[in-house]
Amino acid sequence: MKLLNVSGSPHVHSDESTKKIMWRVNLALVPTLIVAIAFFGLNALLISLISVASCVLFQWLIEKFLLKTPSTIGDGSAVVTGLLLAFNVPATREMILLVIIAALVAIGIGKMSFGGLGKNPFNPALVGRVFMLISFPVQMTTWPKPGDNLFSMVSVPTTDATTGATPLGLIKENGVQAAGQVWDYFIGNIGGSLGEVSALAILIGAIYLLCRRIISWHIPVSFIGTAFLFSGILWLCDKTAFVDPVTTILTGGIMLGACFMATDMVTSPMTKAGQLVFGFGCGFLTIIIRNWGNYPEGVSFAILLMNSVTPLLNRWFKPKRFAN
Amino acid sequence: MKTFAMGGVHPEENKISTSAAIEEFPLPKTAVILMNQHLGAPATPCVAKGDTVKVGQLIGKAEAFMCANVHSPFSGTVAKIDICKDAFGLAKPAIYINVEGDEWEESIDRTPDIKRECSLEPKEIVDKLKAMGVVGLGGATFPTHIKYSIAPDKKAEYLIINAVECEPYLTSDHRVMMEHAEEICIGVSILRKALGVPNAYIGIENNKPEPIAVMKAMAAKFEGIIVEPLKVKYPQGAEKQLINAITGRRVPSGKLPIDVGCVVSNVGTAYAVYEAIQKNKPLVENILTVTGKKLEKQHNYHVRFGTTYNDIIAHAMGTLPETTGKVISGGPMMGKAVSNLDGPTTKGASSVLVIDESEAKRAEESNCIRCGKCMNACPMGLEPYLFSALVKNRRIEEAGQHNILDCIECGCCFFSCPANKPLLDEIRLGKNLYRGILMAKKK
Amino acid sequence: MTEIWSAVLVLSITGAIFAMVLYFVAQKFKVVEDPLIDEVAEVLPGANCGGCGKAGCRAMAEAFVKQGNMEGLSCPAGGAEVAKKVAALLGCTPEEKEPQVAVVRCNGSCANATAKTHYDGLQDCAFANSLYTGESGCAFGCLGLGNCSRACQFDALSIDPETGLPVVNEDKCVACGACVKACPRGIIELRNKGMKNRRVFVACRNKEKGADARKSCSAACIGCGKCAKTCPFGAITVENNLAYIDFNVCKLCRKCVAECPTGAIHAVNFPPKVERPAAPAAPAAEASQPATAEATTNNTTQA
Repeated sequence: MKLLNVSGSPHVHSDESTKKIMWRVNLALVPTLIVAIAFFGLNALLISLISVASCVLFQWLIEKFLLKTPSTIGDGSAVVTGLLLAFNVPATREMILLVIIAALVAIGIGKMSFGGLGKNPFNPALVGRVFMLISFPVQMTTWPKPGDNLFSMVSVPTTDATTGATPLGLIKENGVQAAGQVWDYFIGNIGGSLGEVSALAILIGAIYLLCRRIISWHIPVSFIGTAFLFSGILWLCDKTAFVDPVTTILTGGIMLGACFMATDMVTSPMTKAGQLVFGFGCGFLTIIIRNWGNYPEGVSFAILLMNSVTPLLNRWFKPKRFAN
Repeated sequence: MKTFAMGGVHPEENKISTSAAIEEFPLPKTAVILMNQHLGAPATPCVAKGDTVKVGQLIGKAEAFMCANVHSPFSGTVAKIDICKDAFGLAKPAIYINVEGDEWEESIDRTPDIKRECSLEPKEIVDKLKAMGVVGLGGATFPTHIKYSIAPDKKAEYLIINAVECEPYLTSDHRVMMEHAEEICIGVSILRKALGVPNAYIGIENNKPEPIAVMKAMAAKFEGIIVEPLKVKYPQGAEKQLINAITGRRVPSGKLPIDVGCVVSNVGTAYAVYEAIQKNKPLVENILTVTGKKLEKQHNYHVRFGTTYNDIIAHAMGTLPETTGKVISGGPMMGKAVSNLDGPTTKGASSVLVIDESEAKRAEESNCIRCGKCMNACPMGLEPYLFSALVKNRRIEEAGQHNILDCIECGCCFFSCPANKPLLDEIRLGKNLYRGILMAKKK
Repeated sequence: MTEIWSAVLVLSITGAIFAMVLYFVAQKFKVVEDPLIDEVAEVLPGANCGGCGKAGCRAMAEAFVKQGNMEGLSCPAGGAEVAKKVAALLGCTPEEKEPQVAVVRCNGSCANATAKTHYDGLQDCAFANSLYTGESGCAFGCLGLGNCSRACQFDALSIDPETGLPVVNEDKCVACGACVKACPRGIIELRNKGMKNRRVFVACRNKEKGADARKSCSAACIGCGKCAKTCPFGAITVENNLAYIDFNVCKLCRKCVAECPTGAIHAVNFPPKVERPAAPAAPAAEASQPATAEATTNNTTQA
């Protein structure tokens, strides 16, 4: 007869686990990945694979040789970081190798230096992206045009010759007249980073995460809502100087950021009220940076800035006590 | 449908013993009666070695305020009065009895007739409950006579009978309602009279349609008993949550139910009250669910206190299944893991739950990913993840400022934690340490 | 050129303004402190172990200076050397104190106190202690979850994975007492280091009756009292079925060690026994069997 186990109550556990959550997030990212491959061809696939592989590899190496702790690559969080990182770079040929550096920064500095999953104050993928944006500004803003039809990757291998700008870049350069068709923005037939082009695919993933209760609606809604309202007010003030709100939320990284990056459990506040404020801050800062900053896009910076106030938000916004 | 305000989880119900009718458990050869089977100070033995005792005879006298009488559940001779290790390995004063026959005190009415009329005054009812050693059978074993002695500056407005049985696996309340509905209603009427409140509410979770139907039909024959079906959510059976679900009131931090005009008793207690008041039968036995997924047969037993866990296992299943991981006294969410099967059952025991290895083993702990699930699951609106970090670093006073003492130890936080952190363990430790700090400050 | 000058001017002016603000704030909120406190804090070890009972070395320095002498205050970590230095600063005589060391009074190793259950909860002695007796069933013995080693600021305590018991590194231990406070079962005691580091002590805290104690651990003190009878110096007392050796009285003769039927009395740092004591040791070992039985019966009648 084996020894009886003894522990404090409770003696049963729900079937939730970190591993399950992370793999479900990966699953939610698949539609976006498919759209990226469809629009940007083989490059997108290669970048994603290399990004994921190097993130996992770096985490394994760091845990084995530097931290000397048991490996946690099985929990799928490195895969999430890898995918999100790939989604945040343009699908050019140079990026296939450059993304390895981004992965090293994201995993090494963004995550493992703080002690691994759960202890990082900033979203690792965004740390990687911002590092790249500052260190390789040319490569990070050279955008390939999406293929003319969905199956371009089969017939014509994408070459870097057909580079174009993102809608936001065009608007920054040429003014609001350069804005394109809303429908193209929605399905993602526009220039941009791998994973940020298709609002539709992102929404599919986000709805899955909402149904699984991995994210709640608070951050995405307040993020996108703030961006929409704020840019709407600006647009109403001066229609020639500012972009209309629908274009605003469908272009650039707002959708990807609001649904997958800002909602990262580790780096976002825990209470509903805190999440609403967090989303508001993200949306507000994004529009400020877009309109008055040097960069055409500000989602990464906005989320990283709000990540830094997350501990404060957790302190200010306490859950409502039952007994008070 | 009514339920409590915040938090809560939905563990798998696993009520596999609902159809097993209550059986009489055979008498063991020897028994050990602990002197503190209740919350508070131990009773003082009032028999000596070699004395013969009858069933229902007073053997442990309550001398302290927070204490309850202990009556012999067996007839036989007192073998010795000594320290005994209880089911959790803790040494407690006890009376050892060699069981001989089954001879009851004459005053106890053992006929199956149901006696509906009770002519006692409220004060007399409380005194009789005290004499009969009745304690709350919901798990906390709070002496019932103390609960029903309302301080003059307080006023009871609601009597709430807890028949929620929100713990998975447990079915003793379910069975007692199915088989003793009338006795329960009489017991409730007596308690209502003791308190002098107009209405008593019996809260039953909606996953028990049969007991709800039976109780509703029976309550219709009584005055002032209302059966209140509740939405299924754990921990509805926790006192504060049940009060909130039924009355909408919230017991403030550090206060008692009576401070919001409520008194809560378990449905099993109501049955015990009936037997004590109408049948002169002291509290000497309880209904125990013996269940487990790997067991061939599920049981609900009438078990006398002092029967050892080994006796129960031997009779109900022969030997424990090969893959047993844990034996639990109580439900899987709040029950205690038994470490000493030679230990005796007590008044508070409501089940012997045999949990399989695969379920009993705790999964490996990983880093907190700050998902906030513990916080959303907490029915008291606390922050378990924060307590975990504070207690680990021994920042106990800060944990106290974040209301750690409000925790009702329901286990929702650990249950829902994807990182498998032993949150409730840490919180319990924090509560103990914080109480220590408060005590030291008082001095 | 004008840009440079204006920049220099602006920076100088703002610098001057801030300097003035800082100066006035520093004056306004100045805390007058005895400079002696700094000096005393300087000679204290600075480990903030809490062994003195104060929040840290700085708090201890304040206490020293406030009191003006060393009565009742001592830095266990610093020992005599630090005491001398502090005394010199305060201008008083240091209190003489025998050097001490932490001693683990439990021998409930995995082999002696076999596990009867498997503990699967929070790895913290204080919690496990509040939950139940521990894996061996002994409510007095070491739980082996390492609160003591975590409390030690000097890396002097570690849990031996083989025995599951804490091991004190005597060279590193400064007898600060942090482990004594951390242990929820009071197993660790500070005892005088003794001549040549030699010590004799009862490695058990079990207050149960002999038979019960033996049930959970084969190396438990059963309270038979043989050691107390043997001791020529009256250093051993038996209370609540448990023997205790007073280290101030014990003369390290080790007669009790051979007498103990369960081997609960430990003698450490003595040279390995040579041929001479080997002869009397053998009959003592033989005698241990009946002695146990006698001791247990003796005990039950006592109760």
